[in-house]
Amino acid sequence: MNKIQFNLNGQDVTVELDPSLRLLDVLRDYFHLTGTKEGCGEGECGACSVLINGRVVNSCCFPLANANGKKILTIEGLATTKRYQILKDAFHIEGGSQCGICTPGMIMAAESLLSMNPHPSDEEIRIGLSGNLCRCTGYNMIIKSVKKAAELGEGLW
Amino acid sequence: MFDPKKSTPKIDHEEKCSGQAKYVSDIYFDNMLFAKTVRSSIVKGKILDIFVPELPEDYYIVDHRDVVKENYVKMVFKDWPVFTVDTVNYIGEPIMLVVGPDKQVIDEIISQIKITYQDEEPIFDLVKSVAHKSFTKGNFKEASEKAVRSIKETFQTGYQEQAYIEPQGMLAYLEEEGKITLIGSMQCPYYIKNAVINTLGYPEDKVRVIQPAVGGAFGGKEEFPSTIACQLATAVVKIKRPIKMIFEREEDMLVTTKRHPSTITLEAKIDENNKVIGLKANVGLDAGAYIGLSAVVLSRAMLAVTDAYTIANLDVSGDVFITNTVPTGAFRGFGSPQMIFAIEMFMNHLAKDLGVDPYTFRLSHLVKQGDLTSTSGIFRDPILMKDMITKAAEISDYHHKTQEYAKPNVYKGIGMSWFLHGCGFTGDGESTHIKSRVRLVKDEKDVVYLYIVAVDMGQGARTALKRVVAMALDIPNEQVVFDYPDTDEAPDSGPTVASRTMMIVGHLLTKAAQKLKANWKKGQHQEVIEQYQQPDYINWDESKLQGDAYPAYSWGVNVVEVEISPVTYEVQLVGIWSVYDVGKTIDERMVIGQADGGITQGIAYGYLENMRHEKGKLRQKNLTDYIIPTSMDMPPMETILMDNPFLYGPYGAKGVGELTFVGGAPAVALAIENAIKRKVNRIPATPEYIMELINNE
Repeated sequence: MNKIQFNLNGQDVTVELDPSLRLLDVLRDYFHLTGTKEGCGEGECGACSVLINGRVVNSCCFPLANANGKKILTIEGLATTKRYQILKDAFHIEGGSQCGICTPGMIMAAESLLSMNPHPSDEEIRIGLSGNLCRCTGYNMIIKSVKKAAELGEGLW
Repeated sequence: MFDPKKSTPKIDHEEKCSGQAKYVSDIYFDNMLFAKTVRSSIVKGKILDIFVPELPEDYYIVDHRDVVKENYVKMVFKDWPVFTVDTVNYIGEPIMLVVGPDKQVIDEIISQIKITYQDEEPIFDLVKSVAHKSFTKGNFKEASEKAVRSIKETFQTGYQEQAYIEPQGMLAYLEEEGKITLIGSMQCPYYIKNAVINTLGYPEDKVRVIQPAVGGAFGGKEEFPSTIACQLATAVVKIKRPIKMIFEREEDMLVTTKRHPSTITLEAKIDENNKVIGLKANVGLDAGAYIGLSAVVLSRAMLAVTDAYTIANLDVSGDVFITNTVPTGAFRGFGSPQMIFAIEMFMNHLAKDLGVDPYTFRLSHLVKQGDLTSTSGIFRDPILMKDMITKAAEISDYHHKTQEYAKPNVYKGIGMSWFLHGCGFTGDGESTHIKSRVRLVKDEKDVVYLYIVAVDMGQGARTALKRVVAMALDIPNEQVVFDYPDTDEAPDSGPTVASRTMMIVGHLLTKAAQKLKANWKKGQHQEVIEQYQQPDYINWDESKLQGDAYPAYSWGVNVVEVEISPVTYEVQLVGIWSVYDVGKTIDERMVIGQADGGITQGIAYGYLENMRHEKGKLRQKNLTDYIIPTSMDMPPMETILMDNPFLYGPYGAKGVGELTFVGGAPAVALAIENAIKRKVNRIPATPEYIMELINNE
């Protein structure tokens, strides 16, 4: 088996695993990073969102082989940052999280959006989060949460 | 002094954002095995032969021969097997589990298992009734004779899939020889405990159920998890190792319970003053292969027959039909969304047929305090509907838009639904079946612990109930602890269903807290147990479906505005406005969260979410072809919460969760009618159906 090297949450790691494994399973079963969730396993729901080289990707559709040489950030990695603190507080203030199964993925998608567009309009937030399904909130409180994060985190993104 | 309306931080907010909250699939045990279900590939028939390849070491088959005691899943009837013995009744019926350490090897074994069937003739039409119910009010026959007009219509509703983002899953292990523990995604820890006790024949203290974080449920995790629990418990008793079974999305969508498809026929008897003096109603529910909770769902559908209207004479009947399709079951609203859709459309259609203004026509039938309910109970509490309807019309500019959009070739529409939802179990269910108990324990440090099995599946039950106790004790929130439910610690406070958690369990908790407060001994261990007692005013006859069907009703008005593409007939939501009476708002942000999410599902039920079967095979099996709303589909929403405290609710609170769902489908369907100027009798009102309505005139 080939060695696959990548940077995971700031640390260089090397794994010797089947390169056809889904990145999602490697993160959850091998690294025990269970903050990345599986909702559908086919790239529809976004619960498994991680950032690869700063862009949001569904880890259920991403083969391990493609991770070679990449920078991968999961919710566990993001959770150590100031930006995460702002997002978390904003999701609290605006009620953006209910059952929580989509929340880590939503926050990853929000991080990706804000890093590209620090002052998104409502419409831009809707587009930015359109790959992440939520069955609890009806989305409006999530949209407001991201808007609030952009406001509270002025200058961070 | 506490303000119940004020929002507090959700106690699980941090762990849910950071991904540290443990859902069942996040829990790992040493030496743990995985299980996957081998299912029927045919619709109906006999199993003639099962070929199982030689199993590698540490791999096992678990089937009906391993069931320790009872091979049925305890719900209401004894018809739903844990594992089928030799017949199959729907595609996906569980035959056996394959258990082992490696999921890929399990898949290989399953691919080699060959089952030979003898096909039998399946039933898909609503012809085989297994439960029939009926009730009357007043004298329908007399009303029919007095009537000058009679109008009859039929309405149809389709499947709806709960589509919680966390698929179903369970983990079970032996704590010690002869004691089993189950951890899983669920709404009703004691349903699971009782089902496992029944199938294993274990004593009560040898089955323990623990609820971890639950990633959405919406009714889908009410009775169905009991089936997984019974299968897994059987496997664990045989293999004596921890076993985890997590459904993949496709499996979850194909085999778990859904909202009942229904056919509803309504016939109105109308007098010379355009007053509906009689209504005859018949409901048919498609239960799929097993009854499950369907007879209870049927009751709620029938009881909702007059919605927020008073009609003096009723003749109501309904049936649960068995078909060779996936079993249907609990889903937010529990039968009532089907009926509320039908009656709301019908009242509007009647007005149009009579040539009168629908708004005025409906207002002239609106229920008032003191009126008789559909089952001749009494609406005792103040009803604010008139005021709520006026408010909803104002904030949405309803009247002006209705006129504008009624003009030809304007593909815009606005619709308004009025509705109620009975809170808690139907009739005397709370006192005869559930008998809720709650337990409060205060330790020597004066920290108060809640021991109840109310499940937080996202609605915020843990935060809200903890808060209710803190308010009643007049102590800080931080001095109260409500951990995830564990049946070894918590008595049966009832299932987390039927919009009962805040109103019933919350009320019991305030009573327990008041007792604790009255007898508070600083620095001492104290314990209070409080049991549900039915308010004296409730009179209910279950055999005749007569009397007070619910201790209280929540009320609502929804307005939905749409724009329809004249080319593709796709519906775009433009605006949503709601007014609700949930008694007293406890934690406003959380109630708004329920309101937003409920109506999103309700509207999607009306126009977007399409699931059908073809000869017993579901055509939609994942989130690619079963479409639920995304952030791009939902417009901004405005919600007003009324203040109308209920005597037997904590701080006056009534039910919230289901109320916010039931008005969505009729509101969007009425908006579509307004836009296309044709009657809608079927949901979901898909572009294909809209095209059919426009072209077939």
